[in-house]
Amino acid sequence: MDTLCPSSEAEVLDILAAAIGDCVPLAPTGLGTKAGIGRPVKHARLDLSGLAGVILYEPEELVVTVRAGTPVDEVVELLAGKGQQLAFEPPVWRTPDGGASRGTIGGLVAANLSGPRRLKAGAVRDHILGVRGVSGRAEAFKAGGRVVKNVTGYDLARGLAGSWGTLAVLTEVTFKVLPKAETELTLAVAGLAPAHAVEALTGAMHLSADVSSAAHLLAAESGAPFAQEPRTVLRLEGFVASVDARAEVVARHLAPFGPVERLEAAASADVWAGIRDLGSVGEAGEALWRISLPPASAAVFADRVAGLEPRRLAFDWSGGLVWLWVDDRLPDLGAAVIRAAIAVCGGGHATLIRGQDASRSRIDVFEPQPAPLAALSARLKAQFDPAGILNPGRMGGER
Amino acid sequence: MTLVHMPVPDAGTLARRDEIIAGLGQLVPKRRMVTEERGLKPWESDALTAHAQLPLVVVLPETTEEVSRILAFCHANGVKVVPRGAGTSLSGGALPLADGVLMSMMRFNRVLDIDFPNRAVVAQPGVTNLGITRAVEHRGFYYAPDPSSQLACSIGGNVAENSGGVHSLKYGLTTNNVLGLEMVLMTGEVIRLGGKHLDSEGYDLMALVTGSEGLLAVITEVTVRILKAPESARAVLVAFTSSDNAADAVADIIAAGIIPGGMEMMDHPAINAAEDFLHVGYPRDAEALLIVELDGPPVEVDDLIGRVEAIVKARGAVECRISTSDAERLSFWAGRKAAFPAVGRISPDYLCMDGTIPRKAISQVLKRMRELSAEYGLRVANVFHAGDGNLHPLILYDANKPGELERAEAFGADILRLCVAVGGVLTGEHGVGVEKRDLMGTMFDETDLAHQMRVKCAFDDKQLLNPGKMFPELSRCAELGRLHVHAGALRFPDLPRF
Repeated sequence: MDTLCPSSEAEVLDILAAAIGDCVPLAPTGLGTKAGIGRPVKHARLDLSGLAGVILYEPEELVVTVRAGTPVDEVVELLAGKGQQLAFEPPVWRTPDGGASRGTIGGLVAANLSGPRRLKAGAVRDHILGVRGVSGRAEAFKAGGRVVKNVTGYDLARGLAGSWGTLAVLTEVTFKVLPKAETELTLAVAGLAPAHAVEALTGAMHLSADVSSAAHLLAAESGAPFAQEPRTVLRLEGFVASVDARAEVVARHLAPFGPVERLEAAASADVWAGIRDLGSVGEAGEALWRISLPPASAAVFADRVAGLEPRRLAFDWSGGLVWLWVDDRLPDLGAAVIRAAIAVCGGGHATLIRGQDASRSRIDVFEPQPAPLAALSARLKAQFDPAGILNPGRMGGER
Repeated sequence: MTLVHMPVPDAGTLARRDEIIAGLGQLVPKRRMVTEERGLKPWESDALTAHAQLPLVVVLPETTEEVSRILAFCHANGVKVVPRGAGTSLSGGALPLADGVLMSMMRFNRVLDIDFPNRAVVAQPGVTNLGITRAVEHRGFYYAPDPSSQLACSIGGNVAENSGGVHSLKYGLTTNNVLGLEMVLMTGEVIRLGGKHLDSEGYDLMALVTGSEGLLAVITEVTVRILKAPESARAVLVAFTSSDNAADAVADIIAAGIIPGGMEMMDHPAINAAEDFLHVGYPRDAEALLIVELDGPPVEVDDLIGRVEAIVKARGAVECRISTSDAERLSFWAGRKAAFPAVGRISPDYLCMDGTIPRKAISQVLKRMRELSAEYGLRVANVFHAGDGNLHPLILYDANKPGELERAEAFGADILRLCVAVGGVLTGEHGVGVEKRDLMGTMFDETDLAHQMRVKCAFDDKQLLNPGKMFPELSRCAELGRLHVHAGALRFPDLPRF
């Protein structure tokens, strides 16, 4: 497959101009960690890893600006050096060569996939302050700024999150960063049935305990962090004295559900790294869905999809995020059953995170949209990429 | 008269007024239309009272279906529409157009669903911001964004303006707290985004609509997330003899890893205006006053209060009061929250600006503002959200003195240019509206603006929704849509060809 490797925004601009002239579609690419998500496309690759490096990091202003091809791992490390973080907890994914990586900054924004702390701290898009990019018109533009409070014009910087490289090629992103917590602690209960687990999670979110993450792993035969016994976990983060005080409140809440295990900082961090990286879990012959739904309905959802005989099931975001592994020989990988279950639960969306190319070409990898919404999205695509050179088809349909 | 010019009203539309009113009369009952000049008068402006214009007609729909039918009718007839919530916009976002229908959303005033298990409230757009908190506070929940107009402003207007507030430093703006929307496009099409789940799939249209100032769609339903209220809150009131020291203290607090629930600053003129008005006990000789609020479990709050106290003392605070009761905490806030009316008492008129700057530029910007104040011969009082660098300079003027409004507006424009020059933005929470419209070019170049306008074209290609706001000039979507194929297409021979 052809690959183009620009090393500056000006080169991206030239390449896109040429692509328009020649009607050649391009797939913006970073480290390939999310190449398996979305419709498979066979476009020439626009490899942005040459656009790397930190442009500005001002810890006292809680702001960092980086080029889009910068590996997220490097940014995470840079911030950690100053006791700061990207609070949405970017997950680690598998790379095409079998390694593990958080991918690039551009890919992170293009996919808008956040980790367990999204429950409290918001998603990737909530931490975007500004971007620079080149649209499918081969025009470089900026949107947003580098301050948190900004309502100057449409919030286009945030609006490009989750667009999978179909509207613009991002060249630079400015994030709001936050201090890392002084410590963390996790309280765990084992053995709960899904309905009880959701009750425990929902109740925890009703405490004045500022729970930062809340998850439940159902029992599974294989695949760490899954185990033979289900496990419900709640994370508290902050200043030491505060975490201790809140832990008492949460422990009292959990006591009626069973014996409460207390995991101190290091053990707690391990548990949540495992949950953060659930997208990397799985074996050959399995497909993986990631489903967002009203949090209190997770157990109902699990019940509705039981007929698919899931290999593994996990609830994150207090039930608002469900990970579901199924046999990849299921005719539609369970899409119809899953989407019917989402409708019963009050709405949401299912994304196929992993599946064979043949399945991903055939079934809706992203949630299908009602006609007026699909038409509006298509009009937005046409405005930003009238020649259809940016990743056409990746999101399905016109996009 | 003021410096902002609105688009010239379309003579054809004005001539068809009776016909348009008759057409609308088929869609909503007459009692929910205002057509007489006397009745239209109260609708002539929003909270930016320096600008006023009678609308063509006011309609007050009650259902999504009515909104859809009205918009479809106006779309078919080429009639402009200005949506309006509670009319508390400080930037003229709801300023009527002479040739436009003003659509008030205040009949949409019901909370539709309170869902504690999913921590969400579904409300009609005319429900007030505080009305949402009122609906859930009996169970200890609240809606976090708290613009100072929260008693009056509507949640639909909050979405349109992406409103912030005192607590947005820790809890985010409207955009970070909205889960779902129902909206009607200018064509009358009804579209639902999000719901009670997190994160949109497909394009994040909710991000684009939130803060779009009524230019993209009319919002007919809002789903917001609600939070459990913090167990306790305490505030520290700190006085400094120099605003530099206050600004440094703000930076130190953030650098210490502390994100306060709120962190507000007032300068000398604002302190004294507030003290004259409410006698809350602010130290009159202070050059700068800082209010820092910490919230959370009592043990955390006590711990952080201690850390903040040490930081401000190290920065030369001359006075540091720590609230020992909720009543005392609220008394610290009283002067800050009443700062606008307080300033209103010492001057016949004032303009409230709203730029945001990087925190490190606070002293520099305050200093330059004092110089500008002398140059323009107009007083300025400053209250601002110091934690996130959002300034609210209040420029004092007298509209009855010829030329003063124009001078005040020019002064305000200079302040906003200064904000952009130091790496900030034109507006932090009040919106562009008509007020900052002509300054957009100081922050965005032509291509930046063209990309924003293309969002508009995807939603409303006839540009009938709230035109004349946000963008300095209206470009036709057809022109914006033209694709310029650049020369040099053969410089990349390795591109595959089909």
